[in-house]
Amino acid sequence: MLKLKDVHTYYGNIHALKGINIEVTEGEVISLIGANGAGKSTTLMTTSGVVPAKRGSIEFKGKDITHLPADEIVKLGICQVPEGRRIFPYLTVAENLDMGAFLRNDTDQIKSDMDYVYGLFPILANRRNQAGGTLSGGEQQMLAISRALMCRPKVLLLDEPSLGLAPIIIKQIFSIIKKINEEQNTTIFIVEQNANLALKAAHRGYVMENGVITMTDTGENLLSNENIKKAYLGI
Amino acid sequence: MRWIYITIGVAITGVLGFLGIREVVSDPVYFLELLLGGLTRGSIYALIALGYTMVYGIIQLINFAHGEIYMIGAMTALIVASVLGLWGWNAGVIAILAVVFAVVYSCAYGFTVEKIAYKPLRNAPRLSALISAIGMSLFLQNYVMLAQTPEFMPFRSLIPDFAFWEPYAHIMSSVELTIIVTTVIVMVLLGILIKFTRIGKAMRATAQDKVMAALLGINVNQVISTTFVVGSATAAIGGVLIACHVGQINFFIGFLAGLKAFIAAVLGGIGSIPGAVLGSLVLGISESFFTGYFWSEYEDVFAFSILVIILIFRPSGILGKHEAQKV
Ligand SMILES: Nc1ncnc2c1ncn2[C@@H]1O[C@H](COP(=O)(O)OP(=O)(O)O)[C@@H](O)[C@H]1O
Ligand SMILES: [Mg+2]
Repeated sequence: MLKLKDVHTYYGNIHALKGINIEVTEGEVISLIGANGAGKSTTLMTTSGVVPAKRGSIEFKGKDITHLPADEIVKLGICQVPEGRRIFPYLTVAENLDMGAFLRNDTDQIKSDMDYVYGLFPILANRRNQAGGTLSGGEQQMLAISRALMCRPKVLLLDEPSLGLAPIIIKQIFSIIKKINEEQNTTIFIVEQNANLALKAAHRGYVMENGVITMTDTGENLLSNENIKKAYLGI
Repeated sequence: MRWIYITIGVAITGVLGFLGIREVVSDPVYFLELLLGGLTRGSIYALIALGYTMVYGIIQLINFAHGEIYMIGAMTALIVASVLGLWGWNAGVIAILAVVFAVVYSCAYGFTVEKIAYKPLRNAPRLSALISAIGMSLFLQNYVMLAQTPEFMPFRSLIPDFAFWEPYAHIMSSVELTIIVTTVIVMVLLGILIKFTRIGKAMRATAQDKVMAALLGINVNQVISTTFVVGSATAAIGGVLIACHVGQINFFIGFLAGLKAFIAAVLGGIGSIPGAVLGSLVLGISESFFTGYFWSEYEDVFAFSILVIILIFRPSGILGKHEAQKV
C-alpha cells in the first residue's frame, strides 16, 4: 500500500536518510524503532511531503507521491500525528478536531466522527471548549490522534505516541491504536523509541540506525532477537 | 527602581487628569469633538493596522508595503470616481463602484506583492524579507508617482451630507460618521470570518503551526495569500474613507498612514487582531487629545514617542503574547 524505495533525505549537508526501503501492507500495524537521531521522524516527514526526498521514490496505492506537496498527500489519505503532538495551542479542542476534518465537507459524517472520537476519549468531550494549549500531555496526545482520525486516514503515521507520558496513559493510547486498526481497518505506521511497546503492538517491525534500516522481521521475532534485546530492550 | 516609575506614572496621570477634567468641564463640546475625531482617526488606523497584524501573525513579517496598498486603494477610487463623474453617472453608483474597484485593485496588488517579494524569501532570514518589503514600498510609491503625478490631487468626497445627521453635523461630520460605522461593520465581519469560517480557522491554525497545518491538508501558501488579500481589502476601504475625509491624496499618503497604523499594531500587540483594533483606537484618541489640548504641530512626534516607549517598556504591546509564546 505504502512503499518507500531507496529514499534519501538531506537537511542541508546532513544525510539523514541513506536509502531506506519500507513497505506497509493494507491493514497492518508496523513499527519503526531506533535510537534518538536515527532518522525515524525524518522518515515520516518525508512520507508526508514536509521534508522532500532527494532521491528514491515513495508510492502510495501504486501512485508516485514522492514530489507531491504535503496537503495533496493528506488528500490521498495519509495522515500524521507528528512528534510532540503539535496541538494548535490557541484553538479549542473542538476547533483542533475541525482542522482535522479540514478537507472534508460531509457535515453529517464529520459530526458522527467527532462523536466517535469523543467516545474513544471521553475526557476530550469535557474539554471541548478549552484551548488546546491548556491540556495535559496525555490529553494532547489523545487530541492529536483524534484530530488525525478526523481526516479519515487510510494510513495513520504516529511519531512517538508514548513520548513523555505516564505508563497508564501509554497503555490506554496503545489499546486505542489497536482498536482503530481492528475496528476501522486503518493501516498504522508507528515510530517509537520504546521498542518493547512498539514491537508488541506491531505485526511487523523495522529497525533503523543512523539513517539506514538494519533489520526487519515480524514484531514477535524482533522482540526475541538477541541483538535487539541488548540494544533496545535493555535485557 | 520600580517605585520610581510608579511614582512618576502616578504624578503624570494625576496632573494630566486634573488638567483634563478642567478642560472637559470648561468646554465639553470641544472635548466631544476631539474624542470623536480621535475615534475617526483610530478607525482608519485600525483598518490599516489589521493588515500589518494579520500578516505578522501568519509569517512574522512587517509588510512595509502595506501603506502603499492603502494608497493604491485611494488612488483607484479617485480615478474611477473621476472617470465616472465625467460620464455623469449617479453619485451613489459612483461611490459603490469606486469602493469596489479600490478593493479589487488593492487585493490584486497585495496578492502580487506577496507572490513576488515575500514568497521566494519564505525560508530566508527574516531580514531579507524585511528589506524586500521596504524595496516593494519604495517601488510602489515611485511607480504611482510616475504613473500619476507627484502633486496632491483633490478628492471629492464620495459621501454625501446625510439629512438625518444634520442636527449633529457640527460635532461630527457625515464622513466621520460613515468612517466609524463602516469600520465597526468591517471589524464585525472580519471577526466572524476569523472565528467561524473554514478559511478563518485555517488562518489561525496556519499562524500557530504551519507544518501541522500542512499535515492536515491545509494549503499553507493559499492561506497566506488569503491573509494578504483580506488585509489589503480592509486597507483599501480605509484609503477611500480617509481620502473622502481629507479631500486630497498623492502617492506618498501611504507612508505616514502606514507608519502610524504600524505603531498602532505594535501598541496593541503585533500579531493580535483585537490588539490592532485597541491599539489603533488608543493611538487615534490620544493623538487627537494631544494635538487638541497641547501641541498640534508635534502630532507625529507624539506617535513616534509612543512607539519608542512601548518598544522599551512593553515590546509585546497591550494585548500581545509574550515572545516565548508566540508561534
Ligand atoms: N530540521 C532539521 N535540520 C537539520 N537537521 C535535522 C533536522 N531534523 C532532524 N535533523 C537531523 O537528522 C537526523 C535524524 O533526525 P530525526 O529524524 O529527528 O531522528 P529521530 O526521529 O529518529 O530521533 C538527526 O541527525 C538530526 O540531527
Ligand atoms: Mg523523532
